[in-house]
Amino acid sequence: MESSTATAAVRPPGALEGTAVAVKDVTRVYGSGETAVEALRGVSLDVAGGELVSIMGPSGSGKSTLMHIMAGLDKPTGGEVEIAGTAVSKLNDTELTKLRRRNVGFVFQFFNLLPMLTAEENVTLPLQLAGGKLDKEWVADVIERVGLTDRKTHRPAELSGGQQQRVAIARALVSRPTVVFADEPTGNLDSKSGHEILAALREAVQVYGQTTVMVTHDPGAACIADRTLFIADGLIVRQMQAANPHDLLGVLEEITTR
Amino acid sequence: MIGVALRGLAGRKLRSALTAIAIILGVAMVSGTYVLTDTIDKAFNQIFQDSYANTDAVVSGKGADINFEGSQSVAPPVDAGILDEIKKLPDVEAATGSVSDLTATKILGKDGKAVNTNGAPSFGFGIDPSESQFNPLKLVEGQWPQGENEVVMDAGTADEQGYAIGDKVKIATLQPVQEFTLVGLAQYGDVGSLGTTTFAVFDIPTAQKLLDREGQYDAISVAAKDGVTPEQLAQQIAPTLPENAQVRTGEQQADKDLETVEFTKFIRYFLLAFAGIALFVGAFVIFNTLSITVAQRTREFATLRTIGASRRQLLWSVILESFVIGLFASLVGLFAGLGLAVGLNSLFKALDLDLPTAGIVFSTRTIVVSMLVGIVVTVVAGLFPAIRATRVPPIAAVREGAELPKSRLAPLVPYIALVVIGLAVALLGISLFKDDLGTAERLLSIAGGVLLLFVGVAMVSKHLVRPLAAIVGWPATKIGGAAGRLAKGNSMRNPQRTASTAAALMIGIALVTFVAVLANGMKASNRGAIEDQVQAQYIVTATDGFSPFVAGAGDAIAKAPEAEDVSPVRSELAEIDGDGGYLTGIDPTTIPLVYTFEGIDDPKAVLNGLGADGTIVAKDFADDHDLKVGSPIKVTSADGKDALLEVKGIYEPPPFYPILGAASIPIDTFDRLYERPRNQYVFVNAPGDPAKTEAALEQAVADFPDAKVQTREAWITAQDQDFNDFLSMLYVLLALSVIVSLFGMVNTLILSVFERTRELGMLRAIGMTRRQTRRMIRHESIVTALIGAALGLPLGIFLALLVTRALSQFDVRFQVPGGQLLLFAVISIVVGILAAIAPARRAAKLNVLRALQYE
Repeated sequence: MESSTATAAVRPPGALEGTAVAVKDVTRVYGSGETAVEALRGVSLDVAGGELVSIMGPSGSGKSTLMHIMAGLDKPTGGEVEIAGTAVSKLNDTELTKLRRRNVGFVFQFFNLLPMLTAEENVTLPLQLAGGKLDKEWVADVIERVGLTDRKTHRPAELSGGQQQRVAIARALVSRPTVVFADEPTGNLDSKSGHEILAALREAVQVYGQTTVMVTHDPGAACIADRTLFIADGLIVRQMQAANPHDLLGVLEEITTR
Repeated sequence: MIGVALRGLAGRKLRSALTAIAIILGVAMVSGTYVLTDTIDKAFNQIFQDSYANTDAVVSGKGADINFEGSQSVAPPVDAGILDEIKKLPDVEAATGSVSDLTATKILGKDGKAVNTNGAPSFGFGIDPSESQFNPLKLVEGQWPQGENEVVMDAGTADEQGYAIGDKVKIATLQPVQEFTLVGLAQYGDVGSLGTTTFAVFDIPTAQKLLDREGQYDAISVAAKDGVTPEQLAQQIAPTLPENAQVRTGEQQADKDLETVEFTKFIRYFLLAFAGIALFVGAFVIFNTLSITVAQRTREFATLRTIGASRRQLLWSVILESFVIGLFASLVGLFAGLGLAVGLNSLFKALDLDLPTAGIVFSTRTIVVSMLVGIVVTVVAGLFPAIRATRVPPIAAVREGAELPKSRLAPLVPYIALVVIGLAVALLGISLFKDDLGTAERLLSIAGGVLLLFVGVAMVSKHLVRPLAAIVGWPATKIGGAAGRLAKGNSMRNPQRTASTAAALMIGIALVTFVAVLANGMKASNRGAIEDQVQAQYIVTATDGFSPFVAGAGDAIAKAPEAEDVSPVRSELAEIDGDGGYLTGIDPTTIPLVYTFEGIDDPKAVLNGLGADGTIVAKDFADDHDLKVGSPIKVTSADGKDALLEVKGIYEPPPFYPILGAASIPIDTFDRLYERPRNQYVFVNAPGDPAKTEAALEQAVADFPDAKVQTREAWITAQDQDFNDFLSMLYVLLALSVIVSLFGMVNTLILSVFERTRELGMLRAIGMTRRQTRRMIRHESIVTALIGAALGLPLGIFLALLVTRALSQFDVRFQVPGGQLLLFAVISIVVGILAAIAPARRAAKLNVLRALQYE
């Protein structure tokens, strides 16, 4: 974890030196024998500190599997993932838990907030789980950043979908993780709310230098990324630097029909 | 994390409350039992301790001190002359004598019948009111009796029988019924109700006359001068006493008296056993409910894992939840127990087993034990679900409809279950058939075995759900149509859940079946034993059927012209060849006409040869004491008199219910050993027209209100009724655990409805009516309940069979009461219907549109 001096609260882009996440020749086979399915067939990539990478691909391409493995939720059949220099697949459950507390944040398609907690309580939960002192200023800053200062005592059921997802983003940011994984963050939202969410994710990268990996099938979402990776049939088939939705859609159609 | 767990509970109020009910009832039973028995104990303690509050020493007669099968012998009276000797002693401040008889004094109600105390004492006292410091009784109203026509009775009985001061009251004693004027009402210290116990107080000369104690006192109470300890006083008195008297300090005497009420301890353990059963069933319900809620919260646990919760944190959060549920339930149960204590008391009252009560006692022990038991049971039952929660993989957070991973032990469960059942049967076998086990060890291993058996069967029951549901669900598919078919399917789709829900009911049904079958066998054994032994047409007993009663009644009936053969049977406690037991006095000439001595070829010859010091002993007693025909044995009566006897015959009474005691001796010899001998039975043969004869016999004992004439058949039926009454009480107590399992079913159904919201919405959308929805839930509930019955009934029969075999030495028969068992199956259906009411209403109320959108 970074030094806890007050000035470190705002981290300029690229402050994290080097590679945040390194994926080395990862394969993933589901099942065995004749029914075996190769979801990933040898994927390698690096995510640099402060970078926002989106992963696109048609359904069944392996993009979700890749993200699950990058985040340590799933184990690769072969290859290795390193987060902040730590090889994930060798960790036991306790070490994985510690890794999640320190280095990983999640944003889910269905928000996955705890319904009985208020927005603020949901945001601070990761810090409380990890123990230690609560940096109240930092929490207030994050909540302000996602625009929920006047909603923090509301419960998820009292919030709109967009607001709920912003709570989820704040929850992912609050522990200053090495990397935030966002799994179809706009998939369950209308387009206006979706835009707000994307703006919030982009802002986190801009302001905090928050390394972020987003899986999406929506070119309108992927276009906020510094770099977009295309996956088809378990392999990375294309890569584009900051592109507009139109171009992204073109590539997506191209690899889908291939 | 603590916050999360607590907030979670608060967010699931209904579910948490329903879960808590499962344990509330058991805890209430624990606390209710303690409150009730403590209250009774306190009443007795007050009675006995207050009795000796100002008494430093008590002189009483010395007899054989016998405690046999719960009956305690009463010390005989002492010579009244001792009082004067004691008064002369230097350290004696004051002394007085009193008369007290436990059984002979029967107060008659206004209907002319003796008040039935159901085995509780019916005291007759002779008290000197001028020595008020020794008087344990407190006058509530009126004055103390003076002269031979006045009486004071206990306020409770007067109230119940509608007697007021100035009324004429008929009272039977060792003398025939006499009329007295009621001059006062009294009670024991502050103890308002004595239960069914009655007392009548006379002045001392009247009591001595009525209770056949002329020139005698039952106790002499002595107070010491200042500065003299009770021990010193007792030491001073002891040497002056004759051999047949003894002295105790007031405290020692109170302790001695308290031994006679050891039965509250039995009541306590008896009721606690049922509390234990209810808690055990509650544990099943909690286990099941928490398992379901943990499964339903898979996504939540997974999310917590992804944001950094460790397994340990999840484990503790779920354990904390069960702890809080347990804490809440135990608190509620603790106080509900106060109410239940009143309920239990009225249950005993309904069976005419009123118990004395003073102010309600709510002791620290009650609080500690109730809370501890409730919390521990809940937490232990929630342990396995908590461990399951930790096995949720974080990736479940991103999967649709994620389910709990199978436990690593899952494939082993059937084998573990078989081992558990094997262990249970082994434990039961050892406890039931191994001879050299203490009672406590035996009971504990039976309890352990039965519990293990239930757990084992519950574990395999998962695999029985499908075949059983196919059978018991058949009527549902016929009656319920599409809804019925869906219901049957629903009950089979999660066999584990159906199995654990049904298992809770299974326990109640199994135990009810067990007692029904066992009691049925005992009734048969009882009838068989009586029919084998007693050939008399009529039997005279005390009104309660089992207490001894005045000998005079037998003499009276012998004078009735209708009676052909009259054979009184006396019975008292005695020390026989060194052991406590019942000694019976029989009339050698008439007894063979009414009683069959099995195993003796020519009983008449043996009886004729008894002489004055011959005895006939029961075979098991003879075997235990190595007695043969010709062996000498010594008996000492409770009155302290000895006789040396010779065994003249050994007979084999039916082991279930030997009518006569361990040793039987000629009635004349018996009457020499006891100063006030009482009859246990009078057997009568009276040929004539039964209707007229019975009336005539009743007329003959009219002066003895405690004597009851019955035909043999009526006597046996009355005993059947006693069995039935006891059985009813067991049913009421076991109903508690059935109610717990009912709540378990409600719980499961509500959780299932909640889980299937979307599916229910879909069913409604494609045309299922509300009625059909309700019917579907109801049938599912009935199928589950019937699975419980289908498991419980055979299990109960099996347990009864096992115990019957174990009791074979007592000739307990094995007879399955088919009708009753059918009734239990019907009751299960009713339980199923009741359990379904709330969940079915909930399911029917679902808003179709919202249910479909539900996520």
